[in-house]
Amino acid sequence: MTELTVGDIVAERTVHLTRDSLVRYAGASGDFNPIHYRDDIAESVGLPGVLAHGMLTMGLAVQTVVPWLGDAGRILEYGVRFTRPVVVEPESGADVTVVAKVGAVDDETARIDLTVSHDGATVLVKAQVRVRLA
Amino acid sequence: MPVNPDLVGRDFPPTSPYLVGREKVREFARAVFADDPQHTDPAAAQALGYADVVAPPTFAIVVQEQTLQQLLAQPDSGIVLQNVLHAEQRFAYTRPIVAGDELTGRLAVTGIRALGGNAMVTSESVITDASGAHVVTATSVLVVGEGEK
Repeated sequence: MTELTVGDIVAERTVHLTRDSLVRYAGASGDFNPIHYRDDIAESVGLPGVLAHGMLTMGLAVQTVVPWLGDAGRILEYGVRFTRPVVVEPESGADVTVVAKVGAVDDETARIDLTVSHDGATVLVKAQVRVRLA
Repeated sequence: MPVNPDLVGRDFPPTSPYLVGREKVREFARAVFADDPQHTDPAAAQALGYADVVAPPTFAIVVQEQTLQQLLAQPDSGIVLQNVLHAEQRFAYTRPIVAGDELTGRLAVTGIRALGGNAMVTSESVITDASGAHVVTATSVLVVGEGEK
């Protein structure tokens, strides 16, 4: 792996989520909480709309760095805090943007900080991936 | 009913083994927009030294979820699913999950602390393979509200 400097952007992408994405994630993960596919239920519990699963956002965020790493087995730790929900509109969906930056680096590992945003607001905080460099 | 503080330190049995299937890994990979071939193409995974396709890092949630079901099923937990909010999630890996793995999760509630009218419940699920070797530890922080009564 080439020399890393704190602040380097190592990967970035924007993922467009639709209601189909949420149904697909529900099936794949087994999380069938209806707030992720039914407007009436989302509304009845006071949400601004149907939300993406937090774990979908977390999952797609880390995937941004896997092609750069070349091997998912280099990931030693991954953690996030969920701060803001991603509302997925029935027609227009939602864009989630991920920017992966080197946050810290030593001889053997690096901390990659993910900035994950939707509609100009950060949706995950302290989204950090600790990776093995060698 | 508030969250029962006795959950901390309670002994939970290991979950029944979860066999990781290749098609399940592919399905999950597609769902999290994991387009790297190691997640879908056995040859690409083998070139990296794995026996079969490599699960995306957050796939561990599928096994962890079984352990959290045990927590919700405790009749005295004081936790009602509708009042639960996922605040924080972490994974610490010894190795990635690979198709063919037979995984077992073991739950421990490691902390409960009050936060306003809510409780922050930290749970740790240790996931091991068929040989008993550690694969990943999944940690969740859930904010549990007391709801209507």
